[in-house]
Amino acid sequence: MGFFAMTKTVLRNLAGGPATRQYPVVPARTSALTRGHIAFDPATCRSCGLCSRRCPCEAIRIEKEEKVWEINRMRCVACGDCVEGCPFGSLTMERDYLPPVVEHVVEHHTITYVKPEKPEKKPKEESAGESA
Amino acid sequence: MSKRIVIPFGPQHPVLPEPIHLDLVLEDETVVEAIPSIGYIHRGLERLIEKREFTEYVYVAERICGICSFMHAVCYSQGIEEIMKIEVPDRAHYLRTIWSECSRLHSHLLWLGLFADGMGFENLFMRSWRLRESVLDVLEDTSGGRVIQGTCKVGGVRRDIGAEKLAEMHRALDPFEEQCRDLGDVFLNDDTVKYRLQGLGVVGKDEAYALGAVGPTARASGVAMDHRETGYAAYGDLGFKPVVETTGDCYARCAVRVKEVYASIDLIRRAIDQIPEGPLDVKVKGTPDGEYFSRVEQPRGEVIHYLRGNGTKHLTRARIRTPTLANIPILVKMLPNAQLADVPVVVLSIDPCISCTER
Repeated sequence: MGFFAMTKTVLRNLAGGPATRQYPVVPARTSALTRGHIAFDPATCRSCGLCSRRCPCEAIRIEKEEKVWEINRMRCVACGDCVEGCPFGSLTMERDYLPPVVEHVVEHHTITYVKPEKPEKKPKEESAGESA
Repeated sequence: MSKRIVIPFGPQHPVLPEPIHLDLVLEDETVVEAIPSIGYIHRGLERLIEKREFTEYVYVAERICGICSFMHAVCYSQGIEEIMKIEVPDRAHYLRTIWSECSRLHSHLLWLGLFADGMGFENLFMRSWRLRESVLDVLEDTSGGRVIQGTCKVGGVRRDIGAEKLAEMHRALDPFEEQCRDLGDVFLNDDTVKYRLQGLGVVGKDEAYALGAVGPTARASGVAMDHRETGYAAYGDLGFKPVVETTGDCYARCAVRVKEVYASIDLIRRAIDQIPEGPLDVKVKGTPDGEYFSRVEQPRGEVIHYLRGNGTKHLTRARIRTPTLANIPILVKMLPNAQLADVPVVVLSIDPCISCTER
């Protein structure tokens, strides 16, 4: 092998600057698809429980009666299966990573979705039909 | 005969990213015998298949290994698809191939870096990992995860790569290949590297075959065995030829991996050229009833997923034979007659992945 074989690489590195970044100061590189963490929208969740059934690591727990949606962030592996499976779009994948924690903390959310009162219409229509 | 001593090597050792333990029997500085023991990070992932639905287990299969994660998912999905007779669309096959080859690229570049570090060439280590970083960026842009892609599922893939991104990847391949060739040139032709690696840990072709070696370790000894030749996923359309060396020493194992980096770049280029349009997945109906041995070529060699279902949504048995487990017998054969100072290099030359091995 000839001498100075790595000269090209060295010069390229000198001109190109460092490959690393000063992480906490400069934020980490993410892309539009990066699976950072799951975000929950309590206003649209209809407590169907599909997310907790699909979760491969049992990080999500849902209590229909008490209207509670819980996620254990330390268990969640951000696979995104719950996001895909949610029929109401209550779950979204955010691209930023959560800050590190030192203990298992379960995040509680109270579901605020209110079922729209639809059935009232029916008797009106029936009565209208009867009168006609 | 001088006095024999036993030196423990690992499970915590600077060159080992993961815990494997070797009892080295030495005569002076020369290794006479090596006795391996594993079992430090067993996680019980095979048993977990009884608790998770067969479609969910893809995520578990992916997390068996932190490097060749995508290929575990491909292997598992392939097995389920064969049991359930699911026809996967062509585009999904091509996308699986592209992601598999990207994984192989980043795995080999990671190994080249670790290997350079193991033999004391730190500059080269940083150089390799710098190149690897650009592959990880592509993986993150296309799948959302740097090492755990999460894009493979039973019946196809979960994400598409747009035409624009594919064109961008294609454009980036040429300068990337040039940089890889500059890097590979040092590994293949540098005198220091040659002195350090040639004639070290030699295993002949027959011995490698008899001991059941797989992957680059077997191919470096002249066993032309690469599962990609059977044409799973889209490999059948891409005209794949295995990389084979004949000397069977550490240098040959390094050379195989350097040349496989070039081969992978070529495969990605051809896959992007030929990728067809079409759907990404088919709907999975029913449950798996039957058994199948699924095999896929990983960066370290051939992985086997044996899957058995009984018609319920939980499989009854999964058995995963990972390439490192198959390569430990040949490692034990390589070590005798090596110097103690060469042991780290010989151990690294099989590319041990212990998390995989113990599942």
